[in-house]
Amino acid sequence: METPAIHCRELTKTYAGRPPVEAVRGIDMTVAEGECFGVLGPNGAGKTTTIEILEGLLDQTSGEVEILGMQWRHAAESIRESIGISLQETRFSDKLSVLETLNLFRSFYRHGITVSEAIERVGLEDKAQAWVKNLSGGQQQRLAVAAAIVGDPRLLFLDEPTTGLDPQSRRQLWDIIRRYGAQGRSVLLTTHYMEEAEQLCDRVAIIDRGKIIALGSPRELIARLGGEHVIEFTLTPNATTLNQSENDWTQVNHVTGSVYEDGCHRLTVTQPHLVIPQILSHVEQAGVQLGSLTTRHARLEDVFVQLTGRHLDDTPEVPA
Amino acid sequence: MSPPVTSGNRLASHPMMQLVLSRMREFWRQPAAVFWVYGFPLLMMVALGTAFRNRPVDKIPVTIVNTSEAPAILKILQQDERFVGPGGEVEILSPEECKQQLRTGKTLLIISANTSPGADYTFTYDPERPGSLSARNTINDLLQKAGGRRDPLSVSNNEVREPGGRYIDFLVPGLLGMGLMGGGMWGVGFAIVNLRIRKLLKRYLATPMRRSHFLGSMMISRLLFTVTEVLILVLGARWLFGVVNHGSFLAVALLVILGACQFGGMGLLIASRAETTETVSGLMNLVMLPMWIGSGVFYSVERFPAVLQMVLNALPLTPLIYSLRSVMQDGASLLSLLPQIGLISLWTIVTFALAMRWFRWQ
Ligand SMILES: Nc1ncnc2c1ncn2[C@@H]1O[C@H](COP(=O)(O)OP(=O)(O)OP(=O)(O)O)[C@@H](O)[C@H]1O
Ligand SMILES: [Mg+2]
Repeated sequence: METPAIHCRELTKTYAGRPPVEAVRGIDMTVAEGECFGVLGPNGAGKTTTIEILEGLLDQTSGEVEILGMQWRHAAESIRESIGISLQETRFSDKLSVLETLNLFRSFYRHGITVSEAIERVGLEDKAQAWVKNLSGGQQQRLAVAAAIVGDPRLLFLDEPTTGLDPQSRRQLWDIIRRYGAQGRSVLLTTHYMEEAEQLCDRVAIIDRGKIIALGSPRELIARLGGEHVIEFTLTPNATTLNQSENDWTQVNHVTGSVYEDGCHRLTVTQPHLVIPQILSHVEQAGVQLGSLTTRHARLEDVFVQLTGRHLDDTPEVPA
Repeated sequence: MSPPVTSGNRLASHPMMQLVLSRMREFWRQPAAVFWVYGFPLLMMVALGTAFRNRPVDKIPVTIVNTSEAPAILKILQQDERFVGPGGEVEILSPEECKQQLRTGKTLLIISANTSPGADYTFTYDPERPGSLSARNTINDLLQKAGGRRDPLSVSNNEVREPGGRYIDFLVPGLLGMGLMGGGMWGVGFAIVNLRIRKLLKRYLATPMRRSHFLGSMMISRLLFTVTEVLILVLGARWLFGVVNHGSFLAVALLVILGACQFGGMGLLIASRAETTETVSGLMNLVMLPMWIGSGVFYSVERFPAVLQMVLNALPLTPLIYSLRSVMQDGASLLSLLPQIGLISLWTIVTFALAMRWFRWQ
């Protein structure tokens, strides 16, 4: 069997303190060579903790980690030569230029691509001589990626590479990451943007409160909702006028899930064209009116909501 | 700007070289840092050197009460240059005006003739005022000699005015030591904490960079900065005040290197755990303050009580300044300074060992 890029088993991490924080509570995952793997989860889910253990920057409390078939304890040096990292927040020296920063990082690796190639890959040719402090947020992130790939790593770790960027900069970074993955290299990235995971990742692990709650390709996870489509609608006057049983739409044919939240009904369905007429007739019978109705493809966000009853960008509740 | 690293250029692409280059660039691109490290000690030297320079001759301001004898007294006094020219004009005024002058501090002493029976002259002055007693004695001597006194003994004066024994000669080695201390602590300590705050230390750690390369580059850049710092101060002192080194240059260079290492180690130690710039600057000032005051930068340690001296002599800066002074002012050999050099080395070893043990990379 081929050695996986990343393999970890029963990984846990508890930060000492009062009270101690169980940031990671038993994570198993395997990332195949050449795979782009996404770790998805809300704030505080344990994404950074997990990725930093894998990167060898944090010691786990328990569990096993293998990177490219090697263990940190025995082969830290060779692992570091073969991985590239972008931390969630790094501020490179303000008064060094892009070129100087990358020259520095390149010097740490025995093998790698040339600095000019790294600059070219992230599209910073125009800014090669510019000081870091004069770069935009998106350009700084691209510099971080350039510093991560300048050692020509087989495995790339990116911790929230696009957080805080505008959509255009985000797309630029996606292209860079995609092109990198196209060379048969492995990528592990964390994000709390569903769209990002759907766009980039072969497989994703959704983690919440230090545990994986779903694992699979974006398609599989969405398929597990039972329906590929989502219908969202609101009623006027508000749906409270419908009685309780009428808030549950799962009795209706072709409806696989139903969530009622903030006046909005959200149904996951297999056949929208068959469900919509039924909704309309129900509405008519109840003597209320339709406020709005939209249909769309199901997204990973819907998976998370279905599994946890919360949204990804919600602040996490304190675990009981 | 430097060209991109090519595989052919081994030296330029060595991590140590790149780390040192980065440090130097960051430093030079920060005008404030350049001023504090290079400009400030120089300014301090100019200010203190000028303020405490040996004045040509101290003038003595006195007044004479307006009597018929006054012109004769004036004539006697004016044989001495201290009573002639700006600052030393002797005035002849009425008794009231004289008192007024004394009260307001414009004169040191009032001379009046034949005021009381049995006294030829009366001197009125405040003995608490600095200089008034010496004015009294000077004037007394002049008047006595004019009155026919013969000194039974002959005395010759040997006044030290040439380079070597002046305050500025004393001050320059002190400022050198102070510069080494400040530069080492801030240069190493602050830089490291800054990298830690920016998560750059952690980012470096995620690469195959050797930790020894990183720490080594810190020390090398420190030494390179020091060379400039020392040259500016030493050459400045020479051009502006004619301060010369009476000892061997090699000895001074060696002491400078030892001092730079010692305080680089202290900077490293202080920064080994600090997570914020406030912590690190607070700690540094706490460590440096006793040495600014007590290690003999501006005045000799011997001015302190003997018990305190024992403590002060053990501080890292004291043996360094003592050694620099002994070499530069007295031309002492390093061999005679072995105890001091031993103490400096001890501090260096201990701080480095502790820093290595406690250093937190992230
Ligand atoms: N050094 C630390 N000491 C104590 N607790 C910590 C530490 N670092 C993280 N935590 C806690 O561990 C939990 C997981 O944090 P982590 O940074 O891994 O989350 P994350 O998924 O990366 O979140 P985000 O999306 O905000 O980056 C959080 O509750 C956090 O408060
Ligand atoms: Mg995080």
